[in-house]
Amino acid sequence: MMKKGRVILTKERFQLTIDRLCRQLIEQYDDFSDTCLVGIQTGGVSLSERLQQRLSQMLDMPHITSGKLDITFYRDDFRTASKPLSAYPTEMDFLVEDKNVILVDDVLYTGRTVQAALTALNHYGRPRRVDLVSMVDRRFNRELPIQSNYIGLAVDALDKAYVSVEWKEKQGEDKILIFENK
Amino acid sequence: MAKELSTKHVLGIKYLNESDINLIFQTAEQFKEVINRPIKKVPSLRDVTVANLFFENSTRTRISFELAEKRLSADTVNFSAASSSVKKGETLLDTVNNILSMKVDMVVMRHPAPGAHHFLAQHIEANIVNAGDGTHEHPTQALLDAFSMREKIGDLRGKNIAIFGDIVHSRVALSNIFCLQKLGANVKVCGPPTLIPQHIEKLGVGVSHNVRDTLEWCDVANVLRIQLERQDIKFIPSLREYSRYYGINKKLLDSLDSEVLVMHPGPINRGVEITSDVADSDQSIILEQVENGVAVRMAVLYLLAAKRK
Repeated sequence: MMKKGRVILTKERFQLTIDRLCRQLIEQYDDFSDTCLVGIQTGGVSLSERLQQRLSQMLDMPHITSGKLDITFYRDDFRTASKPLSAYPTEMDFLVEDKNVILVDDVLYTGRTVQAALTALNHYGRPRRVDLVSMVDRRFNRELPIQSNYIGLAVDALDKAYVSVEWKEKQGEDKILIFENK
Repeated sequence: MAKELSTKHVLGIKYLNESDINLIFQTAEQFKEVINRPIKKVPSLRDVTVANLFFENSTRTRISFELAEKRLSADTVNFSAASSSVKKGETLLDTVNNILSMKVDMVVMRHPAPGAHHFLAQHIEANIVNAGDGTHEHPTQALLDAFSMREKIGDLRGKNIAIFGDIVHSRVALSNIFCLQKLGANVKVCGPPTLIPQHIEKLGVGVSHNVRDTLEWCDVANVLRIQLERQDIKFIPSLREYSRYYGINKKLLDSLDSEVLVMHPGPINRGVEITSDVADSDQSIILEQVENGVAVRMAVLYLLAAKRK
């Protein structure tokens, strides 16, 4: 039985963080022409959808190109992972050739997911530039030289800890929790 | 829903359970997206070597497996009995052990002897996928058939599915029966009495010798090939007579009350079990079956490789 987690970002601050990330993205990408959001299944898709929603409101643009990317088939640990992995749908109905890609994930931890996502992304063309947005950056647990360009919340935690991002659409409330053990 | 197959080998549908089948379908849906991308390849099996051992002729199944393996980035070696040491008298186990000592992780095999895969499974470590054993089973064909049906008519529970033609010589028929029944469909076989195995009703399938009545009953018609190469005695008086009484043609389909989905595992004897105007019509999903074959085989190979030791 997992111990109860401690809330490290409440729903009020969660909303502010989303708003800040959107403003940072607008500062960089202006009107989002030639730019697309790509959420990594499953947590990244929730964040990507939320960002897309908020950006559409802020920019008064109903359509921002966005896709969902599943990286299960690209993982380097699928034969050695401690539990079996299941695949989720990939929905990329556009090519990223010569586009700015904003890769979105909920928690940046070892960096392996992002590495796999970069390989997967290559199969949809050669992007002009790829940026990474993550809601949580566990900056002391990286196993690869990968950094996030836009960070919701930096979390310094021991390797055995577990950080979970919850969404009101899925778990009923927006918040970020930390658990002592995985 | 299970996330892992319950078995180490895919020897037959008989040894898979419903949740294995659904897991294969769920994974195949993702692979179907992969094979429709501009770059149709994922690196999942880059550290896996697969041997395709074909002791019996095949075009579709062999190419389909080979494409599935390549799209998963596996290394492949091909073997066909015609050009091998089998002709010099080597036993099956020796042949396979020699290949495995070259560090092969998976074996996809077609063999004319029913049960050849079971025998191998008792003696070797590698994962085995049955690509057809004599008149026994052809599990990946049944999986892709059911997957294609599901895509068109949804959940198969309670649906009526008829298998037409040469049931007695068909491994596709037996695997289809097991698979469809595990998914909750009602199955009926239809053909001339000489081509229906005795006591097949003990498997819980209906038997009919009337094509029109069966077509009226079913949602999907899976039409099988008359396997002349396996018929050492005459089971039917002539192909012409078979085609007249048991062949499926457009006129017959158009005279039915409801539209029936037509499938055929190939190769087709055009004008015998099915006429060209049916095979090429909108009701037929024969080419979709072939496309789905690659996705389903990718799912089977992937899930076997993902199964932890």
